[in-house]
Amino acid sequence: MGGAMKEKLVIIGNGMAPGRALEKLFETDPDRYEVVIFNAEPRVNYDRIMLSPVLSGEKSFDDIVIHGDAWYIKHGITLYKGCKVESIDRVNKTVTSVNGITESYDKLVIATGSVPFIIPVPGANLAGVVTYRDLDDVNTMMLAAKSRGRAVVIGGGLLGLEAAAGLNEQGMDVTVVHVMPTLMERQLDPAAGYLLGESMKARGIKVMTSANTRQILGDKRVTGVEFADGSVIPADLVVMAVGIRPNVALAKSAELAANRGIVVDAQMRTSDPSIYALGECVEVNGATFGLVAPLYDMANVLAAQLCGDDKATFTPVATATRLKVTGVNLYSAGDFAEGEDREEIVLRDASAGVYKRLILKDDRIIGTVLYGDTGDGPWFYDMLKRNVDTREMRDTLIFGQNYQGGAPLDPTAAVAALPDEAEICGCNGVCKSKITGTITAKGLTSLDDVRAHTKASASCGSCTGLVEKLLLLTLGDSYNPSAVQPMCKCTDLGHDEVRRLIVAKELRSIPQLMQELEWKTSCGCAKCRPALNYYMVASWPGEYEDDQQSRFINERVHANIQKDGTYSVVPRMWGGMTTSGELRAIADVVDKFRIPAVKVTGGQRIDMLGVKKEDLPAVWADLNAAGMVSGAAYAKGLRTVKTCVGSDWCRFGTQDSTGLGIKLEKFMWGAWTPAKVKMAVSGCPRNCAEATCKDVGVICVDSGYDIVFAGAAGLDIKGTEALCHADSEDEAIEIIAALTQLYREQGRYLERMYKWLKRVGMESIQAAIVTDREKRRFYYDRFVFSQQFAQVDPWEERVNGKDAHEFAALAEFGVPQAAE
Amino acid sequence: MNDWIEIGRIEQIPLRGARCVNTPAGKIAVFRTAENHVYAIENRCPHKGGPLSEGIVHGGSVTCPLHNWVFDLATGEAQGADEGQVRTFAVNVVDGRIFMAAEVMLMAAE
Repeated sequence: MGGAMKEKLVIIGNGMAPGRALEKLFETDPDRYEVVIFNAEPRVNYDRIMLSPVLSGEKSFDDIVIHGDAWYIKHGITLYKGCKVESIDRVNKTVTSVNGITESYDKLVIATGSVPFIIPVPGANLAGVVTYRDLDDVNTMMLAAKSRGRAVVIGGGLLGLEAAAGLNEQGMDVTVVHVMPTLMERQLDPAAGYLLGESMKARGIKVMTSANTRQILGDKRVTGVEFADGSVIPADLVVMAVGIRPNVALAKSAELAANRGIVVDAQMRTSDPSIYALGECVEVNGATFGLVAPLYDMANVLAAQLCGDDKATFTPVATATRLKVTGVNLYSAGDFAEGEDREEIVLRDASAGVYKRLILKDDRIIGTVLYGDTGDGPWFYDMLKRNVDTREMRDTLIFGQNYQGGAPLDPTAAVAALPDEAEICGCNGVCKSKITGTITAKGLTSLDDVRAHTKASASCGSCTGLVEKLLLLTLGDSYNPSAVQPMCKCTDLGHDEVRRLIVAKELRSIPQLMQELEWKTSCGCAKCRPALNYYMVASWPGEYEDDQQSRFINERVHANIQKDGTYSVVPRMWGGMTTSGELRAIADVVDKFRIPAVKVTGGQRIDMLGVKKEDLPAVWADLNAAGMVSGAAYAKGLRTVKTCVGSDWCRFGTQDSTGLGIKLEKFMWGAWTPAKVKMAVSGCPRNCAEATCKDVGVICVDSGYDIVFAGAAGLDIKGTEALCHADSEDEAIEIIAALTQLYREQGRYLERMYKWLKRVGMESIQAAIVTDREKRRFYYDRFVFSQQFAQVDPWEERVNGKDAHEFAALAEFGVPQAAE
Repeated sequence: MNDWIEIGRIEQIPLRGARCVNTPAGKIAVFRTAENHVYAIENRCPHKGGPLSEGIVHGGSVTCPLHNWVFDLATGEAQGADEGQVRTFAVNVVDGRIFMAAEVMLMAAE
């Protein structure tokens, strides 16, 4: 290591700006510094601008981590998590944290970011009043949202609106309170602000503008908000999102020059030559910064400084803003105040909800506001930054880049016309030439490649279309996203082609297939092997020997792996019905094996969580003894048939929905399918079994059974589509089995039923299952044939010794430690 | 480095599979590839601690069952865009008998 000779760089703060600076530093001079980071937050560096999608539930924290723990280890960085620095001793060149850790430095970087502004009204410190700044705030809000109560968001700027949209998505009743007459007045003109307000209202968010908060009401917890006009609205949660101010407390206590922010020059130097500062905590020429693009510019300058290059300087440029609320297209950049020396061009299309405005000075764009159709934002912004004279195109400028030069350009030509330095990805500050250059230099061929190598489109994803067009431009005809997507890197063939060839060439094993279809790897990868194994199982029932080593762990050990390496076990309960005997057996198993958690699942089953792997066969033996079999809660196969109590008990029930559910489940269990299949049978259109969001559902009616399918209630939420009506139970079962078989033969591995429908179309499915009785019978018969080999309880097999090696160590030495 | 301890026979590990050896220092995953090569690595993904022995084995690599990180069994290095490394341990196969360096077993828990 030789760390003793290195200079020591200490960084206070672990946000996006210092993270980017370190990346640049390690690119240029990886061995120059020994790096120590103090992070007041107890975690690694994450993408703070993506907190809104986390709040709305579209992303998880893991999705927005920029540098995982491994990154810090790789670069030999000491990261103190949850460690806030209390003081800087500039004479002895040391910093000390609240919990007493002292580190000396040769160079120090202050990146303390900003703190949310709390409006000083009575009640601002009540429980239930939160700010919106970091992951802890998001977690607090998500917890509060579980109550589905009322939330008031104070602040109608970027952050406030994103918070409001997120809380609304989480099911809260949300009111946005803004002190100005229109929303986001710093980024939008009143017209666009009005459109935005209407769009918020359309999603059920109440908007109060020109509203002055007088106090927050409540005894210990917040109960409401009172306004200057005396009106009151009730609230269980109040989010203060009125703005941020630079966090200068530490710098000021160290007597560094600071006004609103820590004063730095264009090279990020503070008043102490050994100390730099960057990010939201600084001010440069009196200006402070809150959006990510200028912070990343600062990071580049700082990295250059730390490498001894003092030519790089930070020049603030107008920054473009986007609102990260799904379904709202909004783009603004530059200065859009009216003025005598300014001209403006406005385009409105009320029916399409489009508003575009350009502000020009001396024939040059100085600001733009786009709402509804933001496709030309980067083009306008680029001309703004490059100070382009627009006189030649004045008449058609507002129509965007496609209309320039007479005939409309196609969108790809429009991207081609962008200059090299045009910014494509605002989140990560990636310009056009960086993307096209990397595509050529590294031989990239897909969107994922570009994301991995340049980070463009890897954060909020709003530039994905632009990046795809750049791929098309750079690669020409060889890039065709609608062309067949290869299964994985091991082959150029797509899923459908492989399935066709399995049957056409009678390929009956994975090694044979890899040989005949010229697989590029010796034995495939974790993507293609499970897919191929399924295709073999589905194509050659009774002949193909299932390859356990090509199945994911859950399907190999017939239980669900949990984050700590233990497993969860779910026995089948046909149609959701159980008995005292089964429940007693489950209770005994839980006690006997000290299973730490028992939970009722969404599919009307009981889940035992935290079972040790080595205990699995013994757990199954006891469950088997009570007559229970594997519930296949881990399988790409039939999971559960959920039912309501139907005509047996319910005064509204029209048919025996429970009985039909049990029949379906007993008939169809064990079938492997491309992805999981969940079913439900409801006894009447009140639909208590929630059949209309399942892969296959049955709604009983007086005249028989309405069969619906292709619903989803997971990553995507989608109601089912009607397939047909059946007059009898037997007909319903035949139709459902035939439908499932068609899906088994056409679906791509991991493609849920609703995606399969979207790909092949309703017409082809109805033609095979509904209109042509013979075809239906054909698929039904094939399903029945396949089932005779599929309905073997995997638990019983393993209780009887199959795959025993899975459940025991190869060897034991010394006293094994408990798993961490 | 001369002391080797026998931990089992190669056919006790499924082809393209793995089994664990429990030691005082934690679990070591012992892999057998399609070409009958045997490798031993720490049974713990540096990402979220996933048990690598439960992953799918392909070529000379394994894919973690939790979040699909891929590791080279020979070097222990993460492949592709992920950054990280797992410890590797020396193993020796003689006449189908697998041996591991004795010092691995004796190592104090870290």
